[in-house]
Amino acid sequence: MSEEQVRSLEKQFDERIERDEKIEPKDWMPEKYRKTHIRQMSQHAHSEIVGMLPEGNWITRAPSLRRKVALLAKVQDEAGHGLYLYSATETLGISREEMYEQLHTGKAKYSSIFNYPTVTWADMGTVGWLVDGAAIINQVPLCSTSFGPYARAMVRVCKEESFHQRQGYEIMLKLCKGTPEQKDMAQDALNRWWWPSLMMLGPTDAESVHTEQSMKWKLKRKSNDELRQQFIDQTVPQADILGLSIPDKDLKWNEERQSYDFGEINWDEFWQVVKGHGPMNKERIKARVNAWEGGEWVRDAAMAYASKNQERKEKQAV
Amino acid sequence: MSQKKNWPLWEIFVRSKNGLEHRHFGSLHAADAEMAMENARDVYTRRNEGVSIWVVESCNITASNPDHNGELFEPAQDKVYRHPTFYDLPDEVKHM
Repeated sequence: MSEEQVRSLEKQFDERIERDEKIEPKDWMPEKYRKTHIRQMSQHAHSEIVGMLPEGNWITRAPSLRRKVALLAKVQDEAGHGLYLYSATETLGISREEMYEQLHTGKAKYSSIFNYPTVTWADMGTVGWLVDGAAIINQVPLCSTSFGPYARAMVRVCKEESFHQRQGYEIMLKLCKGTPEQKDMAQDALNRWWWPSLMMLGPTDAESVHTEQSMKWKLKRKSNDELRQQFIDQTVPQADILGLSIPDKDLKWNEERQSYDFGEINWDEFWQVVKGHGPMNKERIKARVNAWEGGEWVRDAAMAYASKNQERKEKQAV
Repeated sequence: MSQKKNWPLWEIFVRSKNGLEHRHFGSLHAADAEMAMENARDVYTRRNEGVSIWVVESCNITASNPDHNGELFEPAQDKVYRHPTFYDLPDEVKHM
């Protein structure tokens, strides 16, 4: 294809997106669109899968059966969300094995929030309330993104996600109405998760390299800073209801902006964690690699069983 | 035996309730049809989304090529006489 032809196809392609038409896997698309989507969608899938680890940590120690079934269901949902997203990404021509390979070798990233440890039961509450809360803010606009399989997967994910946040908040409510020690535990968890949750919405607009192109392709409908402000404005009143204080001395209602002003985010910490130096990076990847390698004989056995069965059926048919 | 193979891809169709058609829900990997069925139950119907599931190995689907959309679908575009509004009737004839 000549350069001119490519440019004309790209122009038609941009116009289709502009008109809110969806792009489906077999449609022509610019190579950069394909690559960007593979990157973002696979990282999204990886985040769901790695995101099971900090919570899976507490399933056996949940304080009641009610809490246990809810947490189990939530972690199962994360697995499901990872699978919807992996198969949506595969429609772009990358294999599941390649994606796993990229995760396991550190070539692909996942949400940096999952590199923090979950040390008390209150962390289950805070993760549901803040981490899923921030995830919802990130994900809702993606339900109308331009790539059909991604948008459809996100519609399903968003439908299921709201129970996650509510179950987390309910854990916090219970702790905050409990003994002083339980309330302290809730405050401690908020203190540790607040800033990482703000970082989860991505670098500031000035530092965000992909924003402009992603806006055009509807991979992003609002900038990171707008999403962060939305998250803070919706979360502060929820902390008030719990009687917990947000660990930010500069947090203040701004009457003029009808929004909260907030303190400086420690971006050094963010980049350190993204680069692999967070408290749990090594452990998370190790758990994934172990699961993949340790499960290899099971996958092979299932495949061998399936082909033997197939052979038997074929023989019977003769 | 060194004929290692990855689990193939399956397309999942779910009937959400009797009276409605099976609809494409997504895809997943499984060693065989039986496993695809069990995985589909867990991945796509955790909240009573279905009463019936079809699984089809993806390689068995023949899909049209969007590059041929013109020759495939355009012939229908100029056949306006296939629509009821093409026919002129007096206003007195109500409901037809």
